[in-house]
Amino acid sequence: MLIKRAADIRSSEITDKKLYLNRREFISAAAATTAAVAAGVVGGEGLVQAATPAPHGRKLENVKPSTFSTDEKPNKWEEITTYNNYYEFGIDKDSPSMFARNLKTEPWTVAIDGECAKKGNMPLEDILKGETLEDRIYRHRCVEAWSMVIPWVGFPLANLIKKCEPTSKAKYIEFTTFFDTKQMSARTSAIRYPYVEGLRMDEAMHPLTIMAVGLYGEVIPNQDGAPMRLVVPWKYGFKHIKSINKIKFVEKAPLNTWQDQAANEYGFYANVNPSVDHPRWSQATERRIGEFLRRKTLMFNGYGDQVASLYTGMDLRRNY
Amino acid sequence: MKLTDRAVRFGLKPIVFLASLGPFFYLIWAALTGNLSANPLSDLTNETGVWTLRFVCITLAITPLRKLTGWNALVKFRRMAGLYAFFYATLHLLTYAIVDRFAGLDQAADWVEAIGAGHLPGMTLVASTARGLTKSIGEDIYKRPFITIGFAAWLTMLPLAITSTTGWIRRLGGKRWNLLHRLVYLTGILGPLHYWWLVKADVNRPLTYAAVVAILLGTRVLWNRTRRSVAVPARAPATHA
Repeated sequence: MLIKRAADIRSSEITDKKLYLNRREFISAAAATTAAVAAGVVGGEGLVQAATPAPHGRKLENVKPSTFSTDEKPNKWEEITTYNNYYEFGIDKDSPSMFARNLKTEPWTVAIDGECAKKGNMPLEDILKGETLEDRIYRHRCVEAWSMVIPWVGFPLANLIKKCEPTSKAKYIEFTTFFDTKQMSARTSAIRYPYVEGLRMDEAMHPLTIMAVGLYGEVIPNQDGAPMRLVVPWKYGFKHIKSINKIKFVEKAPLNTWQDQAANEYGFYANVNPSVDHPRWSQATERRIGEFLRRKTLMFNGYGDQVASLYTGMDLRRNY
Repeated sequence: MKLTDRAVRFGLKPIVFLASLGPFFYLIWAALTGNLSANPLSDLTNETGVWTLRFVCITLAITPLRKLTGWNALVKFRRMAGLYAFFYATLHLLTYAIVDRFAGLDQAADWVEAIGAGHLPGMTLVASTARGLTKSIGEDIYKRPFITIGFAAWLTMLPLAITSTTGWIRRLGGKRWNLLHRLVYLTGILGPLHYWWLVKADVNRPLTYAAVVAILLGTRVLWNRTRRSVAVPARAPATHA
């Protein structure tokens, strides 16, 4: 008598050898990909280490002191020139110190456009003509909750605005950062370029608002926004647009880059405000670079006496 | 692989153990000699976090690599890699607690003053600091999703670190122990999420870690399916009396 024994495994349940090998191949490929990706991450992030500060530049002549300067101790040249957010040169704080040297800042012209009488290209020499440069030692507060004291050299933005003769329709100013992939590494497309910022006309005309062309009495290093960058000390650092090559007078508030990136996190005004937190972190305290204890962040970065009146009646919780 | 058990145990293992301490000693050295960035405290927080992620990825890679290469000795490094992930995660948590939270407390200045004057802080200061710190960290965990996720990720590693000993494997039994240690899959998911939520705009790095974890977990799913369809009998063999 023939006894039939059922097979342990139905043939339908046996994985086809080809398929099985395919899986092996897939897993090999996955392993190789993982290894490559992991190597890329480790390599890309690199080892954190001290960066090389900017070389010292030409000394600026006839720089006058200013009563707007704070008497707090300025941060070191090494700190101010190695710890920068300038994404066009890479997203790490030390990337600008490594790559910004490729930026060619001479000759430099600024395109003046929009609601004004003096449209056209204005060479930097013309912008600086007749200006008295001043030392402006300002507190600088980054939206990332760190801060520095920076001895800028610059001139009031109001002077440049007057040279452009804006019309009555000019309610805001839009600034644009120079952008050229040949000179700027911008390895990651972290944000959209060119970088754009804006100010309301009265903010732009305020005597605290300056165009900075120097640092520590010398020509401003590339990583800090050479040849000319905006400084609005009561606002978070991302408003301080660097290497400006376009100024446009406009009727409506321009869409600044970070607001465009994440409108729920970054607004147009970006006034330093300890009581309005960033959605992901607190703005109540800050780390002054070089210190261990965190400082309490001051309303308008401590410039409230001079600028609070610009915002009377405004809801600063909504207009962050 | 031709390495003998002895060579792995007394040769390779100590080397890997010491190499894994490399980032820790480098950070201490670099911090003490001014070889970090202008914001060394932020570097310490970020780097310990990134090394945690790397060790989590290494831990998760061991089993797939072992199956792929057939080199079973790899499993001898799994506990070590996992414990290093926990080690760096704990350093990360401590750095955050000290640099981000403690340094922002009103009591922190009193500590600096006391230590500067060369005496230990009094009991009242210790107690009020402990209260302040608990409140500050608690609020942060409650208010900020990326902190919540990060803390949850650390919590998933805690029982795994505790039960990593041979004694605990015996006490729990292999099956239950294995089940518990699948928590590491959750760690692998929460870690990159925590990183992704923290960065300002450039999500490439967190996404890369997420991709690595996805591949490593995906490989397991695939292996499980393959194995099940090959090895598990569908029904008991028929017997004939």
